[in-house]
Amino acid sequence: MASLKALKVRINSVKSTQKITKAMKMVAAAKLRRAQEAAVAARPYADRLEGVMASIAGRVGIAPGASPLLAGTGKDQVHLIVVATSERGLAGAFNTNIVRAARKKADALIADGKTVKFYIAGKKGRVLRRFYPTMIAADHEMGHIKKLAFDDARAIADDVIARFTAGEFDVAHLFYAKFVSALVQEPTGIQLVPVPLSSIKGATGKADAPAAVTEYEPSEEAILADLLPRNVAIQIFRALLENAASEQGSRMNAMENATKNAGDMINRLSIQYNRTRQAAITTELVEIISGAEAL
Amino acid sequence: MLHFELVTPEKLVRSEEVHMVVVPGTEGDFGVLEGHAPFMSTVRDGAIQVYRTAGGAPETIAIQGGFAEVNDKGLTVLAEHAG
Repeated sequence: MASLKALKVRINSVKSTQKITKAMKMVAAAKLRRAQEAAVAARPYADRLEGVMASIAGRVGIAPGASPLLAGTGKDQVHLIVVATSERGLAGAFNTNIVRAARKKADALIADGKTVKFYIAGKKGRVLRRFYPTMIAADHEMGHIKKLAFDDARAIADDVIARFTAGEFDVAHLFYAKFVSALVQEPTGIQLVPVPLSSIKGATGKADAPAAVTEYEPSEEAILADLLPRNVAIQIFRALLENAASEQGSRMNAMENATKNAGDMINRLSIQYNRTRQAAITTELVEIISGAEAL
Repeated sequence: MLHFELVTPEKLVRSEEVHMVVVPGTEGDFGVLEGHAPFMSTVRDGAIQVYRTAGGAPETIAIQGGFAEVNDKGLTVLAEHAG
């Protein structure tokens, strides 16, 4: 049986771990609130851009001369998978789930005979190097970002679009964790390039009545060409914001569980400590009594 | 009055009733008053001028990477950076 001293040390160590996990939970809860606010604040822009895209794309359609960002390259041989993860760990299964979803997609594509490349955004996505050492196209550094700004998403979007224009891939997917609630985060994959028209709400071809008389300057096609890269950037921005909220939600749960487990362990150790102490006292008493009787 | 909204990806910067807004369009500046015909234009980097009242001094807001839409609800300017 462990000595009293060893048990005491153990209890104190678990207690300080519990203090840390409790603090991390509180910090995550505060950060979660802020991340959610940022995600909500980004909604009006995304909604309006989507509305405009829908009405123009629905009218212009995929013409032969349309931007490759909309029409695609005509092939779907090379797939780029953008994996957005967090910079820090200790967030439960958050990063593991995203990476797993991306790997599932990649394995399915490889089984279909496609070529897959990975674009890593976030330090925790680097585990992919272990699974696909030869397929990493880029590793986007995000460690310096304190508060996520649109420019950070823009940088990724510009990079992805530049690679697309250079003919490095035909289709791009984006994997991130969708924020459903503080308790539930769903690893999600969306198609980024070419912009899937079906994903744009209401782009089913029918333009609404007022749009029919709308004047366009310079022209519908030119506006669409201008909006497409912007749409890619906003999709990435949205995904990163959702990811940030999901990360904090996931961390909050993980730390809540860790705090609870630490509490259980402290209870168990305390019982063991008290029993050991009582046993020591009993033994001592027996020694004294038997010593007294022997006289 | 014209309903004017200025939106960036980070937040809704403005949403208010104004008299007139002058927007630096790619093919030249244009002013939008109440009841303007439906119109869409890309916007060059520059400053938009917001006239709260007729004849008053305009408030200028620098914007970058933008796009403007006028519909029956009013004017919406989407910009990547504003202010």
